[in-house]
Parts: sequence; structure tokens; C-alpha cells
Amino acid sequence: MLTMLEKAFTGSRRYWAWLLLLLILTGAGLICYLWQLDRGLSITGLSRDVSWGLYIGQFTFLVGVAASAVMVVLPYYLHNIKEFGRIAIFGEFLAVAAVVMCVLFILVDLGKPSRLLNIVLYPSPNSLMFWDMVALSGYLLLNLVIGWNVLESERNAVPPPRWVRPLVYISIPWAISIHTVTAFLYAGLPDKHYWFTAITAARFLASAFASGPALLILLCLLVRRFTRFDPGRGALQKLATIVTYAMIVNVLFLGFELFTALYSRVPGHVHSFEYLFLGLEGHGRLVPLMWTFVALAVVALVLLLNPRTRAGETTLAAACLAVFLSIWIEKGLGFVVAGFIPNAFGHVSEYWPTLPEALISLGVWSIGFLILTVFYKIAVTVKEEVGQ
Amino acid sequence: MKMNRRDFLRTAGVWVLGVGLLPLTDVLAQGARPQVLPGREALSAARWAMVFDSRRCREGCQDCILACHRVHNVPDIGDVEEEVKWIWTTSYEGAFPGRQHDYIDGLRSKPFVVLCNHCANPSCVRVCPTRATFKRSDGIVMMDYHRCIGCRYCMAACPYGARSFNFRDPRPYLDEVNPDYPTREKGVVEKCNFCAERLAAGIPPACVEACRDGALAFGDIEDPGSEVRKLLNSGHVLRRKPELGTGPQVYYIV
Repeated sequence: MLTMLEKAFTGSRRYWAWLLLLLILTGAGLICYLWQLDRGLSITGLSRDVSWGLYIGQFTFLVGVAASAVMVVLPYYLHNIKEFGRIAIFGEFLAVAAVVMCVLFILVDLGKPSRLLNIVLYPSPNSLMFWDMVALSGYLLLNLVIGWNVLESERNAVPPPRWVRPLVYISIPWAISIHTVTAFLYAGLPDKHYWFTAITAARFLASAFASGPALLILLCLLVRRFTRFDPGRGALQKLATIVTYAMIVNVLFLGFELFTALYSRVPGHVHSFEYLFLGLEGHGRLVPLMWTFVALAVVALVLLLNPRTRAGETTLAAACLAVFLSIWIEKGLGFVVAGFIPNAFGHVSEYWPTLPEALISLGVWSIGFLILTVFYKIAVTVKEEVGQ
Repeated sequence: MKMNRRDFLRTAGVWVLGVGLLPLTDVLAQGARPQVLPGREALSAARWAMVFDSRRCREGCQDCILACHRVHNVPDIGDVEEEVKWIWTTSYEGAFPGRQHDYIDGLRSKPFVVLCNHCANPSCVRVCPTRATFKRSDGIVMMDYHRCIGCRYCMAACPYGARSFNFRDPRPYLDEVNPDYPTREKGVVEKCNFCAERLAAGIPPACVEACRDGALAFGDIEDPGSEVRKLLNSGHVLRRKPELGTGPQVYYIV
């Protein structure tokens, strides 16, 4: 185990510069978080009407990224898609980094972080948050154990231990469960019309299976550029197909929601969409962002659906970036905020993250990327050594 | 037995994990808990409820609000976004969104007192991950300020906007402190508790006591002889968002 960890401590100047940059950003986030600990959540843009914002939005988005590892694991282990053998480990380690970020985003959102363990000390199966804790910690463990053992045996040129395989099979439905439970956090709340729909979980899964593999493609392209390991064109193209289908389904699901709301004209259903895309009662802070989401989604679909642009590496990278950013906007901010608008009294009060709130979020992302970089470094070095 | 470092770490890891999972046994095995018995003078009910009579409430009057907030050390933050409030007034449209029409001129200017509805089926209690908010057998929905982790899931779940979060330390915003009721720290959620601490001492809720116009009534809704039960038959009675199935226990005579 230690000989594998060692590999994270040797690297090029560029590797260390990147880690240093991430550490600086983490430090900036940490300073802001200490400020938040002192002043309370009043330094954020949150209010009594919009009581969840960027933190919980990022948590939701990242649960999706974590769950999407299944899009590599399932085809490889269940359907024997050989191309994914080279990148399965990257999907699993991405899931590990994403789950760690999820936990941190919950932590920074808490008013009393020192009491976090109350969730364990007073377990409440009636709360979806309890189940989210169970699902996420289990998923973290599964991916850590599977990823590490598979990599270790790859280095020793032996097949993975037999007990790893059942864990892999368990991790497949488990991945679906983490995002379903996260969707249920929202979909089970009365009077939050934007969330209170049976398609929330389905939408979450679709957007997860688009945004996660899109990020994985971008990461694989970076790995190939900066190291001697090639994830293989076949794997990337297979991933691109998955991203294409998932993005189509994701946009379709949003369309289903729009139809139900706009054709029925039931005010509760229309208002949130009106707020997001047109502005409501003169409030429209998210409108430019939401149209950016639409534009990016269209660009992504055009690039993905056209076989030539999907095959071209630059255009595929652009498409994946567009998928990732568009879903980040819609799920990482718009979805959470729109649920709170209008408020219980039919009024609109708006939300916009503050600078310290954004820096704390950036800090959490930096920690995630630190973990990701270290794990990827180890994986790539092992793969370079065994000469793949 | 010979144990190398790797085996030791593995075994230790499993042990630590096991100890960490121990509290989960509480889910399955609920042991006998110590009981708190009510005092001799305490007021009791099968289900506490409140009736607000809009015909009697005076425009511009703040008596109930001031009394409640003074008794419970509710801070005056002075910022609408971070406001902490247990009871306040809103318009008819605010209290009953979707129930209005364009021509309700008479009702429009009337104040409607709103507070926690102490629901029979409270969604806030259902979602709380630590059981810091819970329902008593007499229907009162309570908050444990010392257990709350400040996740604000209950605020998202409450359809009445009745819950407040302490975005900052509330103590500097108190003019005077009532030593008979705890102040709060930053980072926890709070709301109306139907004056559970006063009921235990045999006195009615502060808002009901403060109202000089008899617009607020409080009592046992399950008792057919109670004042609140009689009031329910004296006019057209509404509840806020009853279609959600939460079973609100604050009734409004329009």
C-alpha cells in the first residue's frame, strides 16, 4: 500500500505547481470558512426564504458525478466492454473525489458543523438525509476498496482478489441509489412545486450520466496529454456515446416538465420556470445564467449528435465542456434556488452567492481535485510502469 | 500470533468501523427511556390548537408579536433576509396564497396572524435527520436547540415559512433577556412552541394572554366543550394549505 502511495510524492515540476495552486485555493477557501464559522451563515447569500443555495446545489451536482462511475463500471464488468478496462479505475477514483466533495459541501452548509455526528448519534430513518449519509459513506468505501485493490493487482500483474467482484456488483445498484436518495431529499417535500415531481430522480440520473462521463472524457484527455498513458480512443468514443444518449434524455425530461407546467398553467408549476427563464414579479437574477444553460445544452447536443464532431477530439472536448457547464448551472444552482421561489407566502426573494461563499465552494472543489490528482497520479504511474 | 503492520492496521480499521456503527443499533432496539412527568399545575390537552378570529383582530396592533418575542428572547435582527420570528402578521393573500380573487377589497387590508401550525402530520419532523424537532403527544411540535445541526432541511420542508434560522449570533440583538427562557446560538433553527414552557407552569400562551381583543383563542381541540371547538362553529373557518395533508392546528375565522 505504501509503495503505491509513494508514487504521489514524485512528480514533475508541473505536477507540483498544480498541487501548489490547489493548496492555495484550498487555503483561501479555508480562511473564508473560518470567517463563516465566526460570523455564521450570514456571510452567505442565503436567507430565510432561500435557505439552501450554492453549497447544497454543488452537493447535488457532485452526487451525480459520483454516481456516474457506474457508466464505466457497468459496461466493463457486466457487458465485458474491454475498452473500459483501461479507464475503469479513473471512473472509480473520480467517484471517490466527488463523494468527498459532497460530504464537505454538506459540512460547510451546516449551521452547527460541530454537531455533524448527531446524524449518527441519533439515527433517524424517517429522514432522507440519514439515508443519504448511509448511501454516500457506503459508496465511498466501495469505490476506495475496489479501486485500490484493482490497481494493486494490476501493478503486481495478478487478477484482482475474488472478493472484489461481488463488491463491484454491489456498487452498481449502489451508485443508482445515491442519486435516487439525493433526489428524494427534494421530491418528497410538500409545497415545493419545482421539486415535488416523480421525475426528479429520473432527471437527476440522466443529468448525472451526462455530466459525469463528460468530465471523465475531459480528464482522460488531460491524462493523455500530460502523461505517457493513453486511455485509448475506443474508450473515449464509447463514453461519448453514453454522454450523447444521457444528454438527450436529460433535455427531454426537462421538456416533459416544461410541458406539464406550461400547458396545465397551474400557477405553482409555472412560477418556478417563469422565475428561471423570464423573471417573476420583476426578479430575474438567474435568467441570464439559465439561457446560458440552454445555449450550452444546444451547442453540446449539436456537437454530440453530429458523428463527425463527436469523433473529432477538439470538438468532442468542447461538447463535453458544454455538457458539464450546462448541467452545472441547471443542477448546481438553478434547481435548488427555483424550488424556494416563490416562498410560502407567494412572494419572491432572490438568492445570489456572495464572494466568500463562492471561495468556500472553490476551496471544496480544490480539495476534491487534490484527491483526484493524487489518485490519478498513482494510477497513471502504475499503468506506465506495467507498460499499458 | 505474529502480526505485521499491515494486518494490524486492517484489524484496527475494522474495529474502528464497528465502534462507529454501534449507535445504529438504537434504530432497531429502542431501550426504556426515563420519563418526564408533568407538574401538578400544568395545563394539558389531547391536542392543542389555536383559533384566530380575523373579525376581532385590530389593524396595526402588535401586542401578540411583541409579547411572544419578548418572552422567548426572539432577536430583532433588522434584516428581512435573516429575520427571526415566531409569530407575525401577513395579508390574506400571504396566509392563503391561491385562495384569493381580484375583488376581495374588504379582506385585503386585514392582518392575518401566522405562526407554526403545530401540524398533526408535520413534514419538518419527518425530515429532521437528528430528531431535533419532534411532536409531543399533545400535538406541540418542539425544537431541541442543543441537538439541531442547522441543516435547514426542516425549513425547506415547512410549507408555511414558519421556521427561522439563526444566520448570526442572536444575543447582541436582544434588548433585554428573559432569564426564564433560553437564548439561542448562531446556526440553529427555531420557531413557535405554543408556549410549552408556560403551559407547563399552568399559564396560557403569551400571544393569547397579550391580545386585548380576543382575536386569539387556545385550547384542546379534541375537547367538545372547549372554547376553540365552539369558535370553529361560529363562522367560516379556514386552515392554511390543508390540501398538503399536514393537518395544521391553527384555524382562521375569516
